Amino acid sequence: MTVPWLTILGLIPLLGAAVLCLPMKQVAKGVGLAFALATALVGFVVAALFTGGANLSESVPWIPAFGASWSLGLDGMGLMMVLLTVVLTPAVLLAEWKLADTSGGGWGARAFFGLVLALESLSLFVFLADDVLLFYLFFEATLIPMYFLIGGFGGANRSYAAVKFLLFSLAGGLIMLFSVIGLYAESTRQFGAPSYLLADLAKLQLDPNTGMLLMLGFLIAFIIKAPMVPVHTWLPTAAEESTPGTSVLLVGVLDKIGTFGMIKFCLYLFPDASRSVGPIMIVLALVSILYGAVAAIGSQNLLRLVAYTSVSHFGFMVLGIYSFTTAGVSGTIFYMLNHGFSTAALFLVLGFLISRRGSAMVDAYGGVQKVAPVLTGSLLLAGLSALALPGMSSFVSEFMVLAGAWSREPWVAAVAALGTVLAAVYVLLMFQRTMTGPVTDQVREHITTDLNGREKLVVVPLIGVILFLGILPQVALSVIEPTAVATLTQARVTDPVPLHGKEAK
Amino acid sequence: MALLEIASPTFEWLELAPVLLVLAGGCLGVLVEALFPRAWRFTAQVAVIELTVLAAFVVLVANYRAHRSGILAMGSIALDGPTYIMWGSLLIFGLLGMLVFSERHLDNGASVFTPAASSIPGSVHEAEALTARLEHSEVFPLALFSLAGMMVFLAATDLLTMFVGLEVMSLPLYLLSAMARRRRLLSQEAALKYFLLGAFSSAFFLFGMALLYGYAGSFDLKAIDAAITSPYYGPGLLYVGLAMLAIGMLFKIGVVPFHNWVPDVYVGAPTPVTGFMAVCTKLAAVGATARVFFVALGAERWSWQPTMAVLAVLTMALGAILALTQTDIKRMLAYSSIAHAGFLLTAIVGANADPGVQVNSMGSIMFYLIAYGFATIAAFAIITMVRNSAGEVTAISGWAGLGRKSPILAGIFAFLMLSFAGIPLTGGFIGKWAVFSAAWRGGFPWLVVAAIAFSLIAAYFYLRVIVVMFFAEPAQSVVVGRASGMTWVPVVLGVVASVYLGLFPGQLLDLVSASSVFLR
Repeated sequence: MTVPWLTILGLIPLLGAAVLCLPMKQVAKGVGLAFALATALVGFVVAALFTGGANLSESVPWIPAFGASWSLGLDGMGLMMVLLTVVLTPAVLLAEWKLADTSGGGWGARAFFGLVLALESLSLFVFLADDVLLFYLFFEATLIPMYFLIGGFGGANRSYAAVKFLLFSLAGGLIMLFSVIGLYAESTRQFGAPSYLLADLAKLQLDPNTGMLLMLGFLIAFIIKAPMVPVHTWLPTAAEESTPGTSVLLVGVLDKIGTFGMIKFCLYLFPDASRSVGPIMIVLALVSILYGAVAAIGSQNLLRLVAYTSVSHFGFMVLGIYSFTTAGVSGTIFYMLNHGFSTAALFLVLGFLISRRGSAMVDAYGGVQKVAPVLTGSLLLAGLSALALPGMSSFVSEFMVLAGAWSREPWVAAVAALGTVLAAVYVLLMFQRTMTGPVTDQVREHITTDLNGREKLVVVPLIGVILFLGILPQVALSVIEPTAVATLTQARVTDPVPLHGKEAK
Repeated sequence: MALLEIASPTFEWLELAPVLLVLAGGCLGVLVEALFPRAWRFTAQVAVIELTVLAAFVVLVANYRAHRSGILAMGSIALDGPTYIMWGSLLIFGLLGMLVFSERHLDNGASVFTPAASSIPGSVHEAEALTARLEHSEVFPLALFSLAGMMVFLAATDLLTMFVGLEVMSLPLYLLSAMARRRRLLSQEAALKYFLLGAFSSAFFLFGMALLYGYAGSFDLKAIDAAITSPYYGPGLLYVGLAMLAIGMLFKIGVVPFHNWVPDVYVGAPTPVTGFMAVCTKLAAVGATARVFFVALGAERWSWQPTMAVLAVLTMALGAILALTQTDIKRMLAYSSIAHAGFLLTAIVGANADPGVQVNSMGSIMFYLIAYGFATIAAFAIITMVRNSAGEVTAISGWAGLGRKSPILAGIFAFLMLSFAGIPLTGGFIGKWAVFSAAWRGGFPWLVVAAIAFSLIAAYFYLRVIVVMFFAEPAQSVVVGRASGMTWVPVVLGVVASVYLGLFPGQLLDLVSASSVFLR
């Protein structure tokens, strides 16, 4: 009997969340962190097994009447997302070690740790599910712990932010429910018995209209999730009001489900419909890139600023997907990983800064580098990663996305490249306004300590990963590329041939 | 001569035993009232309901395992798959609902029922009854009679028996609604409204029945079906009869535009009675409606499906939108129950009856009703526990900060709200999925779109309760009463079932799909 590694991987944090329901005062945080680390450990074992060529798929019938099964599987993209999740969760727990004690009215650290672990478990299952109904269930279920994380811990308007987040996500989820039910009806009609297995559904012969309708249901949900302009407004609100740790999980992990889903479901199940919406999606992506960047430049609130940079970055990811090139799609998958780490570093370092000063407004700072040099250095590195400086992993992925877009439509790449220029503007302006210049009185009064040991323990590994993948991107790309190739093969597109190869004849 | 030879009526005692036991339990309850000393009555009544319902359930299960089925009692009751499932769920929900009736720990040893229902509110007579700590333990036999009526109503294969079931079910409910201990005027007003409108709708039912008799020459559902397939008369009688019959039945489900009684009665009736009605009446009425429309009028479905689809949309819309504006939790749940009636109606509109592995209309309806029933029973039981010195606190603002006062209770209630909203991993989600897919496969994808849109609106007001409970400053002077097992058992069972049906719906889905075929 084979070991169900993927189920175990997803269940460990859930078990941790259940254990944290027991009353315990002092040890709760330690227990929570232990479970997160155990999950990370199993995550690495799974990664080792997968790269070693082991078949980790599991499939057990679950609701025969619906054709749904407990079916988990892993591909290159799934593995990247799993690794991202299992690494970020302990980092978040460690970063919120002290914040969680003080924040929220009556909501203790135990609740925070429990919710984070529950969220980790559900997100892992989202990334592992090979069954559309299973995916949908976990996709929706992740909203509940996230809702309480935003609503229970954070700023004064957190309840409003939580409801806004939930309503946007639920709207997307319910639109997707329409397509999920449609797939059931179609598979029952065509196969005689329902099936929700991805592999089966890929064989459906959909007429163009049905295919387009069903694809749109998924796509709209993923656009809201990702989030893209014009349905991005919930993200800045949520990031501004929640704690930085929550924002990391929201932007770093949960929002990735959007781009993840576009590749795994929209492209894979509905290749024809996806190709026909390609141009529209590229335009939306460009709008997101530019709008996100401009809004970030104009943001007065640091957390809001990071949220807008993410809107811009998600634009890049979507651009990569709908360029329908191997470079673009691999670049996007790699981008999802890099963006997770780099945004996490940015949010958490800013979180350390904000917890000292007690304000998230840009104009509350000035000259921090004189009083907290290590913090300033970490912020600079995280910022440079966000603006995709060569040497950082994000540079590789952004370059691949642009290269993919260029080979399809040069003008698209040209417009998108504006986004990288603007990225430099928003990161460096923010850095200049807060870190450099003369030390203000408030900063001198409030920021009395530099990063302590625990905080360094959070930041150093994240920046380490970013630099490591920047220098040796092949480690990740070799795992990612097969997924990208498989997706494009299923979508029946081939990479464009360079000009002098074909048209010059 | 054979002229006087009257065939003795066949009566399948064993097959009908579940209904008979419940009826007998009701009669026994009446005897208890007459023969037992006052101090013992309450306890004796509780024992009677528990024993009779459990006995009926055991017999039902034994019959099911012995594969007994058929048209019973000279062609008037069908013991088929849907009957088994719905009788079983009625017995379970009825018992859970009646357990909440018998809670006396929350209000200083008094039940939720008025000590003297016939007294004028605020009168000396009432005050005397209060001081003497009198009790109306008649509520238990009343509820048992109502339960028996529901069982007959949904299993009847001819309209006359159905009408008898309908009345036996309704009359005790009118009485029970009037018997709240607190806010008695409201309760009496609710009961009067319910009675008048209910009698009115029964008249419609009766009229429709008569016209259909005129059309088909029989009350039998099968005969009506036969008359539709090979008509003797023109369709005029049929259409008018169909419409009137539908009015009578949709009234009981609470479908717009026959929903007006629902909010007032839900608020005015004692909360345990509301829970009992919300689940059992809906279950019985939906079951009977499905039987009439699928068995008798199935051949005519092209003419009723469009109207029913429009009613479904109206019901979902009105329920979901008006629930947004409610400030009273019972009233909000009343509108929510209207919205749920709309969701259920989508599956009736879908009207697909493929047997086999897929979940068809009837299977999905039964699953939905069971998932909804567990959540509803538990939700109303919880409402009885949130109190201040004047009794239950039903204003939503009074629930503020409940998450801090009693995290477990608030957590359970939040979970039930999520199940109502149809969030995955709850029974409510699977139910919604099932009815929507039935509607889709019946050829109504647009109805699914509408239903999904209203689900989102509905999700908002359920969430609002969660927001108030967890993220608002605690309200003063509101406490969570210390209830006995009589309230906790339904709460715990309800929430456990909702979780179980959300995670492992397979067994129940297989059961309801396998038992979804009506005998004709």
